[in-house]
Amino acid sequence: MSGVGPLEAHLRERRDAGRKLLIPYVTGGLGDQWLDVLWAMADAGADAIEVGIPFSDPVMDGPTIQEASQKALDLGATPIGILDALRDVDVSVPLVAMTYYNLVFRTGHRRFARLLADNHVCGAIIPDVPLEELDDWARAAEDGGVETVLLAAPVTPDDRLAELCRRTQGFVYGVSVMGITGERQALAESAAVMAKRLKAQTDKPVILGFGISTPEQAVEATRDADGVVVASALMRRMLDGAGPEDIGEAVAALRSALDTAG
Amino acid sequence: MAVDDSLMGMPSASGRFGDFGGRYMPESLVPACLELEEAFTEAWSDASFRDEYARLLRDYGGRPTPVTDCTRLSERLGVRVLLKREDLTHTGSHKINNVVGQALLTTRMGKRRVIAETGAGQHGVATATACAMFGLECVVYMGDVDVERQALNVFRMKLLGAEVRPVSSGSRTLKDAINEALRDWVASVETTHYCLGSVMGPHPYPWMVREFQRVVGEEARDQCRELLDGADPDYVVACVGGGSNAAGTFAGFVDTNARLVGVEPEGGAAIGHGVPGVVHGSRSFLLQDEHGQVLEARSISAGLDYPGVGPEHAHLASIGRATYVSAGDAEVLEALQVLARTEGIIPALEPAHAVAWLLRAAGTDELPTGSTVLLTMSGRGDKDAEQVMHLLSP
Repeated sequence: MSGVGPLEAHLRERRDAGRKLLIPYVTGGLGDQWLDVLWAMADAGADAIEVGIPFSDPVMDGPTIQEASQKALDLGATPIGILDALRDVDVSVPLVAMTYYNLVFRTGHRRFARLLADNHVCGAIIPDVPLEELDDWARAAEDGGVETVLLAAPVTPDDRLAELCRRTQGFVYGVSVMGITGERQALAESAAVMAKRLKAQTDKPVILGFGISTPEQAVEATRDADGVVVASALMRRMLDGAGPEDIGEAVAALRSALDTAG
Repeated sequence: MAVDDSLMGMPSASGRFGDFGGRYMPESLVPACLELEEAFTEAWSDASFRDEYARLLRDYGGRPTPVTDCTRLSERLGVRVLLKREDLTHTGSHKINNVVGQALLTTRMGKRRVIAETGAGQHGVATATACAMFGLECVVYMGDVDVERQALNVFRMKLLGAEVRPVSSGSRTLKDAINEALRDWVASVETTHYCLGSVMGPHPYPWMVREFQRVVGEEARDQCRELLDGADPDYVVACVGGGSNAAGTFAGFVDTNARLVGVEPEGGAAIGHGVPGVVHGSRSFLLQDEHGQVLEARSISAGLDYPGVGPEHAHLASIGRATYVSAGDAEVLEALQVLARTEGIIPALEPAHAVAWLLRAAGTDELPTGSTVLLTMSGRGDKDAEQVMHLLSP
């Protein structure tokens, strides 16, 4: 892949049209309605959707995503099963896989990249692959046409941030807070700083995630960032029994808040 | 045997031992790993740090520990058995060597809070001990299965002023305690040092912890030469969970002709049954399913209940410099009793795995009659007495 890939092109186009970007997350294999949830998210105005491929030891995730991952695994979810299920899903917005490196390593870099690309997944977020360990996967991903989204953290120094912004594809994922995923009462003060630092480094879409749960927090985060990822707040509802319709409504509420504020 | 003197030195710049190791960490933790690598590299070449470390191990930790010539056991087995007595250190296991080093490093980095994971509780107790001595805040994560089977160590940690946080996720053992410690660290990294207990995790931990344990092997080599008229033992044996006591022991003998043998628990034999994988920051052998989900290790010994193994052991195994075997729960229990009765030494369940292999292999091609064996008695059995009592009661 040279230049701008389809995920980045799609997000740039929408951002440049003045839209704040919304990327909801769903844990693949969580119950028998997760594909319907995916459709509902797209219909409710998601700009891209993160599909979690659950791992047994998700060290960056808080209790909600841990529980969702464990439940999906208990129900028999596998990387191949989840990706196969996406084969016939064409939701018109890009899908981005979020998983941990051992699943990629075990499957094989090239095979994993091909599995993503063959099943409409154009991006990958692998939080335990930092710059230092990126090369093997990045080569396979580029050959397979998959954009690799890198995470930036509040503690990332400026020189490292520059390198990270240079190498990330699709968008750059700003971790809004030093901590794990999960709902929080208020948006961390580090969120705005993170977004501003990233915007100063790159023209690629800057998306904030971690601890963004409510429409108000999403609006606040997008004062500086181009968009947000919302995960735990939606998965908490799913774990509490919410169906596709409820999740669609929650995504629609986020959408409407972002559009009104914009 | 050709001796490779580059073994067990510095890893590559990316923290690799051959194909194993690395730094597979979330971005939030990478700067802390870089900071730690720099701090350790600098401290380890600083004579005043080394002196202070050696002084603490001597005056506080009780080093050097002796090597005991086990005449009755030797007679019974037909091989000469020497035990490196890490069970005689302060806190009762080799873990103290590592935590004293890391606590010194913590204060050198200006951090005031320490977190740790523990399985059997030995690393937790050692960390709590060092933190008390240095006046550092200490939080220990421990799987709630282990909290139950190691209640005495939980109490000891609390007595020492540490907070013990039970972990109820996943398999509720060592692996999950590490996950939870990492989650704490992501949120606290600017003030907190993660005192990892074994030769695992992201670079520089496998290297740093091995260096802090190297004292075991270096002392033992000199002591063996004294006992054996300048000769080295034919075999050097240690138990392997993550593999820190084995790494420290092997480091003293890797450039001799001694055969190095690591003994894994049958239910957690990452080298024996695992395939290459990446968890907790490094590439090594790992018990996992066909998709890459990490499997739960199952062993009588909480300290060895880990599905992975330190990356340097994976390297030593893959190049054939060390051999890794395993021992099952029943023979481990038997070995514990044999050593207690013949030598008056009650081993912890972890080194009882090494003793079990010794009993099984002695007199076979694996360990021929007339050989000399140095075995690291990594910890004493007090912590396991209650569990063993229940296991042995009819």
